[in-house]
Amino acid sequence: MAQGSTGGQITAGQQAGSQAGWRKLWSDYSESPLAVAALFVFATILFIAIFAPFVSPTDPYDLATVDIMNSRLAPGSEDFAGNLYILGTDGAGRDMLSSIFYGLRVSLGVGALSGLIALIVGAILGLSAAYFGGRYETIIMRIVDIQLSFPSILMALVILAIFGKGVEKTIIALILVQWAYYARAARASALVEKNKEYVEAAKCLALGDRRIILNHITPNCMAPLIVVGTLQTAHAISLEATLSFLGLGLPITEPSLGLLIGNGFEYMYTGDYWISIFPGIALLITIVSINLVGDQLRDMFNPRLQR
Amino acid sequence: MADKAYLQVSGLSRHFDISDPFLARLLTGGARRKLTAVDNVSFSIERGQTYALVGESGSGKSTIARMIVGLERPDSGSIRFDGRTAFDERQGQVQDNSLRQNLQMVFQSPYSSLNPRWRVGDILMEPIRAFDLIAEPQARRRRVHELLDQVGLSAQDAQRYPHEFSGGQRQRISIARALASNPQFIVCDEPTSALDVSVQAQVLNLLKQLQRDLQLTYLFISHDMAVVRVMAHRIGVLKNGRLVEENAAGPLIDAPQDPYTRMLMESTPRFAGGGATG
Repeated sequence: MAQGSTGGQITAGQQAGSQAGWRKLWSDYSESPLAVAALFVFATILFIAIFAPFVSPTDPYDLATVDIMNSRLAPGSEDFAGNLYILGTDGAGRDMLSSIFYGLRVSLGVGALSGLIALIVGAILGLSAAYFGGRYETIIMRIVDIQLSFPSILMALVILAIFGKGVEKTIIALILVQWAYYARAARASALVEKNKEYVEAAKCLALGDRRIILNHITPNCMAPLIVVGTLQTAHAISLEATLSFLGLGLPITEPSLGLLIGNGFEYMYTGDYWISIFPGIALLITIVSINLVGDQLRDMFNPRLQR
Repeated sequence: MADKAYLQVSGLSRHFDISDPFLARLLTGGARRKLTAVDNVSFSIERGQTYALVGESGSGKSTIARMIVGLERPDSGSIRFDGRTAFDERQGQVQDNSLRQNLQMVFQSPYSSLNPRWRVGDILMEPIRAFDLIAEPQARRRRVHELLDQVGLSAQDAQRYPHEFSGGQRQRISIARALASNPQFIVCDEPTSALDVSVQAQVLNLLKQLQRDLQLTYLFISHDMAVVRVMAHRIGVLKNGRLVEENAAGPLIDAPQDPYTRMLMESTPRFAGGGATG
């Protein structure tokens, strides 16, 4: 790092140091134009999802504005009142573009929330397994092995069949399916870190186990967890879409992209392709952009590819 | 110089369980296997002196060091500091912060012994926080600067991260961290074996100077006889976990009694002009 970044005053020095860190991170990331484009696309999707009520032309779930007379309008057509439907309307006369915006919100929200909780649960179990070792580690990691030997869609189906439908139940199912991936990644990197001498130096200070895990081991294990987290969130979104498409995931009242695709499925053979295809394309773009971002993060943090 | 021993280790032993995992043992019918890393080792170190443990890799010298600072539990024997028990078979490992505060360690690898995500200032602050030595933040910062100064670094270095330093500088930071809790005893586990020869001498001189200034007692672990020659007052030679020879540094180096010690001496490269006479 630049020598000049160490200013005399503490605050100035700290700011300069972290700024240089971010700049380095960005210059590593922006090496791939594709990844930059993906990040831009993802940021746009995130913006739309968060501000769906403001960017949507209509509120597709406000019954007062939905007219059954407008059902299955082709993309680009107008209704009698002169409103334009860029992506057409679905079987109930709802604007597809607005439905997709609202659907993105639900899909991303469920995916991100379940991913975050699974990350926390998995990281706690994985890090503590690696740190304490012994029988505790064996038990946790064998559960992880068993969990990962089942296809995740099968696991999720079984869990939802037992608990029933619902937003929180879908989130719980996604967490139960995903935590094992995080636990495995966290344990793998914690095993490397815990044998490093800075951890032993901390033990020489008679610090508690929790303090050593939180302050010393966790920060050094975050990079691989962020990578797994990004890719796993994309997986969670597609898994939720699959479940909702099958009618097992989210209820009709919380229409995600998967549910929209499922709703339009019955019209596919009549030629009204847009009701299914456009939410499908939105889902595709979302997952591909998250995966591209995740791939680039993985390459950045891969020591073998480091320059 | 006090005549009483500062550190007293007697009958120290440690075995490692190297059996296969339970399930594998069950399937193959294999028995439990034990490796004796340290076998009934006794020695003592006088206050302000340096005791060197030498031996090849796997001889158990690092295990002894780790048991003394409390990173590893001995199976039997006892460790006493300054008349106080740190470990014996009856009490087990004594959990006493004032004891821990007096025992610090300098590690072998300067690259993995500093947390890469922490600033040097925070690394040096941690022992002070852990043992609640200085309450006032201003005084703490002054102490960190004083520590950096003591090991030949500048106060501004507190703002930098470990990766901005060379191996020798990192080892200096590691020494400063060991000093931060005002210890009387420091275990140096091959502190120079990962460094260039030119830097080795600087770090060794720093350790010697600190010993004089702060009346520190060292346990020095090494396999390098040239380094030991410079540092040690007394030397113990370890082979397969057993102390095969022990004597004051001069006689042991000039007239080694045990054939193993002689072999270790001969394995030291000699340079024209005999540079490593200390």
